[in-house]
Amino acid sequence: MSGDQAMRSHSGTLPAPEFSDAAFVTPKPLAEATVAIVTSAALHTAADDAFTNTDTSYRALDRAERNLKLGHWSPNFDRNGFAIDLNVVYPIDRLEELASAGVIGDVAAKHYSFAGNQPDDVATIRIDSGPAAAAAMVAEGVDIVVLTPV
Amino acid sequence: MSVLAHVFEAAGLATVVLSSMKDVVQLVAPPRALHCQFPLGRPLGKPLDADFQTDVLMRAFATLAETSGPALHEHPEVIEASEEPIACQMPARFDPNLPAAVDEANGMRKAYDRSVAKRGTSVGRSFDADGVPAALDVFHQIVEGAHWKDDVKIPGKNTVAAAHDIRTYYEEAALELVEGPPPGGRAAEAWFFETTEAGKTMLAARKAMEAQGAPFGFWFYMAPGHR
Repeated sequence: MSGDQAMRSHSGTLPAPEFSDAAFVTPKPLAEATVAIVTSAALHTAADDAFTNTDTSYRALDRAERNLKLGHWSPNFDRNGFAIDLNVVYPIDRLEELASAGVIGDVAAKHYSFAGNQPDDVATIRIDSGPAAAAAMVAEGVDIVVLTPV
Repeated sequence: MSVLAHVFEAAGLATVVLSSMKDVVQLVAPPRALHCQFPLGRPLGKPLDADFQTDVLMRAFATLAETSGPALHEHPEVIEASEEPIACQMPARFDPNLPAAVDEANGMRKAYDRSVAKRGTSVGRSFDADGVPAALDVFHQIVEGAHWKDDVKIPGKNTVAAAHDIRTYYEEAALELVEGPPPGGRAAEAWFFETTEAGKTMLAARKAMEAQGAPFGFWFYMAPGHR
Protein backbone atom coordinates (compact mmCIF):
# COMPACT_ATOMS: atom_id res chain seq x y z
CA MET A 1 0.00 0.00 0.00
CA SER A 2 1.36 3.44 -0.89
CA GLY A 3 1.93 6.09 1.74
CA ASP A 4 -1.08 8.15 0.65
CA GLN A 5 -3.31 5.08 0.48
CA ALA A 6 -2.23 4.11 3.99
CA MET A 7 -3.08 7.55 5.32
CA ARG A 8 -6.43 7.68 3.55
CA SER A 9 -7.35 4.24 4.90
CA HIS A 10 -6.34 5.29 8.40
CA SER A 11 -8.32 8.54 8.21
CA GLY A 12 -11.56 6.63 7.73
CA THR A 13 -11.09 4.96 11.11
CA LEU A 14 -10.76 8.19 13.09
CA PRO A 15 -13.66 9.46 15.21
CA ALA A 16 -15.73 12.10 13.44
CA PRO A 17 -17.59 14.84 15.31
CA GLU A 18 -21.25 15.34 14.47
CA PHE A 19 -22.80 18.66 13.58
CA SER A 20 -26.55 18.78 13.93
CA ASP A 21 -28.38 21.74 12.40
CA ALA A 22 -25.32 22.64 10.37
CA ALA A 23 -25.27 26.30 9.34
CA PHE A 24 -25.23 27.09 5.61
CA VAL A 25 -24.34 30.61 4.55
CA THR A 26 -25.22 31.94 1.11
CA PRO A 27 -22.42 34.32 0.18
CA LYS A 28 -22.57 37.55 -1.78
CA PRO A 29 -21.53 37.26 -5.46
CA LEU A 30 -17.94 36.10 -5.87
CA ALA A 31 -16.94 39.26 -7.74
CA GLU A 32 -17.94 41.29 -4.68
CA ALA A 33 -16.64 38.92 -2.02
CA THR A 34 -13.51 39.16 0.11
CA VAL A 35 -11.80 35.78 0.25
CA ALA A 36 -9.53 34.38 2.96
CA ILE A 37 -7.53 31.16 3.11
CA VAL A 38 -7.50 29.03 6.24
CA THR A 39 -5.06 26.15 6.14
CA SER A 40 -4.35 23.24 8.45
CA ALA A 41 -0.72 23.16 7.33
CA ALA A 42 0.44 24.98 10.48
CA LEU A 43 2.07 27.71 8.42
CA HIS A 44 3.87 30.38 10.37
CA THR A 45 6.55 33.00 10.02
CA ALA A 46 9.98 32.75 11.62
CA ALA A 47 8.88 35.45 14.07
CA ASP A 48 5.79 33.51 15.20
CA ASP A 49 5.81 30.91 17.91
CA ALA A 50 6.27 27.57 16.17
CA PHE A 51 3.40 25.10 16.41
CA THR A 52 3.78 22.42 19.05
CA ASN A 53 2.74 18.83 18.34
CA THR A 54 -0.48 19.33 20.30
CA ASP A 55 -1.18 22.90 19.24
CA THR A 56 -4.85 23.95 19.12
CA SER A 57 -4.18 27.64 18.47
CA TYR A 58 -3.79 29.51 15.20
CA ARG A 59 -1.49 32.03 13.58
CA ALA A 60 -2.59 35.00 11.46
CA LEU A 61 -0.72 35.44 8.16
CA ASP A 62 -0.49 38.88 6.56
CA ARG A 63 -1.65 39.07 2.95
CA ALA A 64 1.83 40.08 1.75
CA GLU A 65 3.78 37.45 3.71
CA ARG A 66 5.43 34.75 1.60
CA ASN A 67 8.35 33.64 3.79
CA LEU A 68 6.48 30.90 5.63
CA LYS A 69 7.45 27.70 7.38
CA LEU A 70 5.43 24.50 7.17
CA GLY A 71 4.99 23.67 10.85
CA HIS A 72 2.72 20.62 10.68
CA TRP A 73 4.15 17.78 12.78
CA SER A 74 2.99 14.78 10.76
CA PRO A 75 5.69 12.90 8.80
CA ASN A 76 2.97 11.42 6.60
CA PHE A 77 2.67 13.88 3.74
CA ASP A 78 4.87 15.45 1.09
CA ARG A 79 6.58 18.72 2.06
CA ASN A 80 8.56 19.23 -1.11
CA GLY A 81 5.55 20.57 -3.00
CA PHE A 82 5.32 23.43 -0.51
CA ALA A 83 9.08 24.03 -0.65
CA ILE A 84 8.87 24.31 -4.44
CA ASP A 85 5.76 26.51 -4.51
CA LEU A 86 3.82 27.60 -1.44
CA ASN A 87 0.74 28.09 -3.59
CA VAL A 88 0.27 24.33 -3.79
CA VAL A 89 -0.74 24.54 -0.11
CA TYR A 90 -1.55 28.23 0.34
CA PRO A 91 -2.80 29.67 -2.98
CA ILE A 92 -2.29 33.30 -2.01
CA ASP A 93 -0.76 34.37 -5.34
CA ARG A 94 -3.66 32.77 -7.20
CA LEU A 95 -6.12 34.78 -5.08
CA GLU A 96 -4.22 37.99 -5.85
CA GLU A 97 -4.45 37.21 -9.56
CA LEU A 98 -8.18 36.47 -9.32
CA ALA A 99 -8.71 39.75 -7.47
CA SER A 100 -6.74 41.68 -10.10
CA ALA A 101 -8.87 40.05 -12.80
CA GLY A 102 -12.06 40.97 -10.98
CA VAL A 103 -13.10 37.36 -10.49
CA ILE A 104 -13.17 37.80 -6.71
CA GLY A 105 -13.83 41.08 -4.95
CA ASP A 106 -10.72 41.24 -2.81
CA VAL A 107 -8.11 39.23 -0.96
CA ALA A 108 -8.46 39.33 2.81
CA ALA A 109 -5.89 41.34 4.73
CA LYS A 110 -5.18 38.33 6.93
CA HIS A 111 -5.34 34.57 6.49
CA TYR A 112 -5.25 31.92 9.19
CA SER A 113 -3.31 28.79 9.92
CA PHE A 114 -4.11 25.90 12.25
CA ALA A 115 -2.38 22.57 12.86
CA GLY A 116 -4.12 19.66 11.22
CA ASN A 117 -3.11 17.20 13.93
CA GLN A 118 -5.80 18.12 16.46
CA PRO A 119 -6.87 16.06 19.50
CA ASP A 120 -9.57 13.57 18.53
CA ASP A 121 -12.33 15.47 20.33
CA VAL A 122 -11.50 18.69 18.39
CA ALA A 123 -13.07 20.53 21.33
CA THR A 124 -10.79 23.55 21.35
CA ILE A 125 -11.10 24.42 17.68
CA ARG A 126 -14.88 23.96 17.94
CA ILE A 127 -15.52 26.19 20.92
CA ASP A 128 -12.42 28.34 21.36
CA SER A 129 -9.77 28.90 18.70
CA GLY A 130 -12.03 28.20 15.70
CA PRO A 131 -14.71 30.72 16.74
CA ALA A 132 -11.97 33.23 17.61
CA ALA A 133 -10.51 32.99 14.11
CA ALA A 134 -14.00 33.26 12.64
CA ALA A 135 -14.73 36.41 14.67
CA ALA A 136 -11.46 37.93 13.49
CA MET A 137 -12.33 37.22 9.85
CA VAL A 138 -15.84 38.63 10.24
CA ALA A 139 -14.34 41.78 11.75
CA GLU A 140 -11.91 41.96 8.82
CA GLY A 141 -14.73 41.87 6.28
CA VAL A 142 -14.20 38.33 5.01
CA ASP A 143 -17.11 36.78 3.11
CA ILE A 144 -15.74 33.47 1.82
CA VAL A 145 -13.15 31.11 3.31
CA VAL A 146 -11.24 28.53 1.29
CA LEU A 147 -9.92 25.78 3.56
CA THR A 148 -6.80 23.92 2.48
CA PRO A 149 -5.42 20.81 4.22
CA VAL A 150 -2.07 19.08 3.85
CA MET B 1 -10.67 21.48 7.93
CA SER B 2 -14.21 20.19 7.72
CA VAL B 3 -14.76 20.89 11.43
CA LEU B 4 -13.56 24.46 11.00
CA ALA B 5 -15.89 24.88 8.02
CA HIS B 6 -18.85 24.17 10.29
CA VAL B 7 -17.51 26.57 12.92
CA PHE B 8 -16.98 29.34 10.37
CA GLU B 9 -20.40 28.93 8.77
CA ALA B 10 -21.99 29.21 12.20
CA ALA B 11 -20.24 32.58 12.49
CA GLY B 12 -21.67 33.76 9.16
CA LEU B 13 -18.81 32.97 6.77
CA ALA B 14 -19.37 30.96 3.60
CA THR B 15 -16.83 28.18 3.25
CA VAL B 16 -15.49 25.67 0.79
CA VAL B 17 -13.15 22.87 1.83
CA LEU B 18 -10.52 21.44 -0.50
CA SER B 19 -10.85 17.86 0.69
CA SER B 20 -7.99 15.38 0.49
CA MET B 21 -9.59 12.51 2.41
CA LYS B 22 -12.96 11.45 1.11
CA ASP B 23 -13.92 9.31 4.10
CA VAL B 24 -13.44 12.26 6.42
CA VAL B 25 -15.27 14.81 4.29
CA GLN B 26 -18.23 12.46 3.92
CA LEU B 27 -18.37 11.83 7.68
CA VAL B 28 -17.95 15.41 8.87
CA ALA B 29 -20.01 16.75 5.94
CA PRO B 30 -18.97 20.41 5.70
CA PRO B 31 -21.46 22.67 3.86
CA ARG B 32 -19.39 22.69 0.64
CA ALA B 33 -16.33 20.75 -0.39
CA LEU B 34 -14.34 19.97 -3.50
CA HIS B 35 -12.71 16.58 -3.12
CA CYS B 36 -9.31 16.47 -4.81
CA GLN B 37 -7.56 13.12 -5.13
CA PHE B 38 -4.10 14.71 -5.20
CA PRO B 39 -0.91 13.77 -3.32
CA LEU B 40 -1.23 14.51 0.40
CA GLY B 41 0.55 17.77 1.10
CA ARG B 42 -0.44 19.25 -2.26
CA PRO B 43 -4.09 20.31 -1.97
CA LEU B 44 -3.83 22.51 -5.08
CA GLY B 45 -2.41 19.56 -7.00
CA LYS B 46 0.60 20.80 -8.95
CA PRO B 47 3.44 23.06 -7.76
CA LEU B 48 4.48 25.77 -10.23
CA ASP B 49 1.35 25.22 -12.34
CA ALA B 50 -0.63 28.41 -11.84
CA ASP B 51 -3.28 27.50 -14.41
CA PHE B 52 -4.00 24.20 -12.71
CA GLN B 53 -4.12 25.81 -9.27
CA THR B 54 -6.48 28.51 -10.50
CA ASP B 55 -8.70 25.87 -12.06
CA VAL B 56 -8.88 24.06 -8.69
CA LEU B 57 -9.89 27.31 -6.99
CA MET B 58 -12.54 28.06 -9.62
CA ARG B 59 -14.00 24.58 -9.19
CA ALA B 60 -14.04 25.21 -5.44
CA PHE B 61 -15.80 28.54 -5.92
CA ALA B 62 -18.35 26.80 -8.14
CA THR B 63 -19.63 24.98 -5.05
CA LEU B 64 -20.78 28.37 -3.70
CA ALA B 65 -23.66 28.25 -6.16
CA GLU B 66 -25.18 25.36 -4.21
CA THR B 67 -28.23 26.41 -2.25
CA SER B 68 -28.11 23.70 0.39
CA GLY B 69 -25.55 21.38 1.89
CA PRO B 70 -23.67 19.26 2.37
CA ALA B 71 -22.53 19.70 -1.23
CA LEU B 72 -19.58 17.52 -2.25
CA HIS B 73 -18.06 18.09 -5.67
CA GLU B 74 -15.15 16.09 -7.07
CA HIS B 75 -12.21 17.30 -9.11
CA PRO B 76 -12.17 15.17 -12.25
CA GLU B 77 -8.40 14.63 -12.31
CA VAL B 78 -6.65 12.12 -10.05
CA ILE B 79 -2.96 12.72 -9.32
CA GLU B 80 -1.17 9.82 -7.66
CA ALA B 81 1.86 10.44 -5.47
CA SER B 82 5.06 9.10 -7.00
CA GLU B 83 6.83 6.57 -4.80
CA GLU B 84 9.77 6.38 -7.18
CA PRO B 85 12.86 7.94 -5.55
CA ILE B 86 14.11 11.05 -7.26
CA ALA B 87 17.40 10.66 -9.08
CA CYS B 88 19.79 12.90 -7.23
CA GLN B 89 23.52 13.56 -7.22
CA MET B 90 25.07 12.65 -3.89
CA PRO B 91 28.30 13.84 -2.27
CA ALA B 92 31.22 11.43 -2.44
CA ARG B 93 32.51 9.91 0.80
CA PHE B 94 34.93 12.49 2.19
CA ASP B 95 35.93 11.67 5.75
CA PRO B 96 36.08 7.90 6.34
CA ASN B 97 36.45 8.49 10.06
CA LEU B 98 32.90 9.81 10.30
CA PRO B 99 29.75 7.68 10.22
CA ALA B 100 28.53 7.58 6.62
CA ALA B 101 25.36 9.55 7.40
CA VAL B 102 27.30 12.32 9.15
CA ASP B 103 29.78 12.57 6.29
CA GLU B 104 26.92 12.64 3.80
CA ALA B 105 25.05 15.38 5.70
CA ASN B 106 28.18 17.54 5.71
CA GLY B 107 28.42 17.06 1.96
CA MET B 108 24.82 18.17 1.43
CA ARG B 109 25.30 21.52 3.13
CA LYS B 110 26.08 23.67 0.10
CA ALA B 111 23.02 22.38 -1.76
CA TYR B 112 20.89 23.05 1.32
CA ASP B 113 22.23 26.61 1.59
CA ARG B 114 21.43 27.25 -2.08
CA SER B 115 17.91 25.97 -1.51
CA VAL B 116 17.39 28.20 1.53
CA ALA B 117 18.53 31.24 -0.42
CA LYS B 118 15.85 30.54 -3.02
CA ARG B 119 12.97 29.16 -0.99
CA GLY B 120 13.51 29.68 2.73
CA THR B 121 13.44 26.65 4.97
CA SER B 122 11.22 24.65 7.30
CA VAL B 123 14.24 23.23 9.15
CA GLY B 124 14.55 24.51 12.70
CA ARG B 125 12.07 22.70 14.89
CA SER B 126 14.81 21.43 17.21
CA PHE B 127 17.96 22.65 15.53
CA ASP B 128 19.08 24.42 12.39
CA ALA B 129 21.26 23.04 9.60
CA ASP B 130 24.38 23.31 11.75
CA GLY B 131 22.88 20.73 14.10
CA VAL B 132 22.02 18.09 11.49
CA PRO B 133 25.37 16.19 11.40
CA ALA B 134 25.58 16.02 15.19
CA ALA B 135 21.99 14.80 15.43
CA LEU B 136 22.70 12.10 12.86
CA ASP B 137 25.71 11.07 14.90
CA VAL B 138 23.43 10.54 17.91
CA PHE B 139 21.00 8.40 15.91
CA HIS B 140 23.96 6.47 14.47
CA GLN B 141 25.04 5.67 18.04
CA ILE B 142 21.55 4.35 18.79
CA VAL B 143 21.80 2.09 15.73
CA GLU B 144 25.16 0.89 17.04
CA GLY B 145 23.61 -0.12 20.34
CA ALA B 146 23.48 2.98 22.54
CA HIS B 147 20.30 3.31 24.59
CA TRP B 148 18.15 6.19 23.33
CA LYS B 149 17.55 7.55 26.83
CA ASP B 150 20.41 6.37 29.03
CA ASP B 151 23.42 6.63 26.73
CA VAL B 152 22.85 9.60 24.41
CA LYS B 153 21.34 13.06 24.43
CA ILE B 154 18.78 13.64 21.67
CA PRO B 155 19.27 17.21 20.39
CA GLY B 156 16.25 19.23 21.39
CA LYS B 157 15.10 16.25 23.49
CA ASN B 158 12.46 15.39 20.89
CA THR B 159 13.06 12.53 18.47
CA VAL B 160 10.19 13.48 16.16
CA ALA B 161 11.33 17.09 15.85
CA ALA B 162 14.91 15.95 15.26
CA ALA B 163 13.75 13.51 12.58
CA HIS B 164 11.78 16.32 10.93
CA ASP B 165 14.76 18.65 10.84
CA ILE B 166 17.08 15.99 9.39
CA ARG B 167 14.65 14.85 6.71
CA THR B 168 13.63 18.40 5.76
CA TYR B 169 17.31 19.44 5.50
CA TYR B 170 17.82 16.62 3.01
CA GLU B 171 14.62 17.11 1.05
CA GLU B 172 15.23 20.83 0.67
CA ALA B 173 18.86 20.20 -0.38
CA ALA B 174 17.64 17.65 -2.93
CA LEU B 175 15.70 20.36 -4.75
CA GLU B 176 19.08 21.82 -5.75
CA LEU B 177 20.47 18.46 -6.86
CA VAL B 178 17.61 17.10 -8.95
CA GLU B 179 16.98 18.13 -12.53
CA GLY B 180 13.83 18.27 -14.59
CA PRO B 181 10.24 18.95 -13.55
CA PRO B 182 9.24 19.23 -9.88
CA PRO B 183 9.40 15.83 -8.14
CA GLY B 184 6.05 14.11 -7.56
CA GLY B 185 4.58 13.76 -4.10
CA ARG B 186 6.58 11.30 -1.94
CA ALA B 187 9.41 11.01 -4.50
CA ALA B 188 11.68 12.96 -2.16
CA GLU B 189 10.49 10.89 0.80
CA ALA B 190 11.31 7.67 -1.08
CA TRP B 191 14.72 9.06 -1.99
CA PHE B 192 15.50 10.04 1.60
CA PHE B 193 14.44 6.82 3.30
CA GLU B 194 15.46 4.35 0.61
CA THR B 195 18.67 5.74 -0.81
CA THR B 196 20.42 8.13 1.60
CA GLU B 197 22.64 7.10 4.49
CA ALA B 198 20.74 9.51 6.71
CA GLY B 199 17.36 8.03 5.84
CA LYS B 200 18.60 4.49 6.41
CA THR B 201 20.09 5.58 9.73
CA MET B 202 16.79 7.14 10.84
CA LEU B 203 14.81 4.01 9.97
CA ALA B 204 17.34 1.79 11.76
CA ALA B 205 17.37 4.08 14.81
CA ARG B 206 13.59 3.99 14.87
CA LYS B 207 13.64 0.18 14.90
CA ALA B 208 16.31 0.14 17.59
CA MET B 209 14.28 2.52 19.77
CA GLU B 210 11.21 0.35 19.37
CA ALA B 211 13.26 -2.69 20.41
CA GLN B 212 14.61 -0.75 23.39
CA GLY B 213 11.07 -0.10 24.58
CA ALA B 214 10.94 3.62 23.83
CA PRO B 215 7.41 5.10 24.05
CA PHE B 216 5.44 4.55 20.83
CA GLY B 217 5.12 8.22 19.95
CA PHE B 218 8.85 8.79 20.37
CA TRP B 219 9.88 6.37 17.60
CA PHE B 220 6.80 5.80 15.41
CA TYR B 221 6.47 9.38 14.17
CA MET B 222 10.14 9.60 13.19
CA ALA B 223 9.08 8.32 9.74
CA PRO B 224 5.87 7.91 7.76
CA GLY B 225 3.60 5.25 9.22
CA HIS B 226 3.83 2.87 6.28
CA ARG B 227 7.62 2.66 6.65
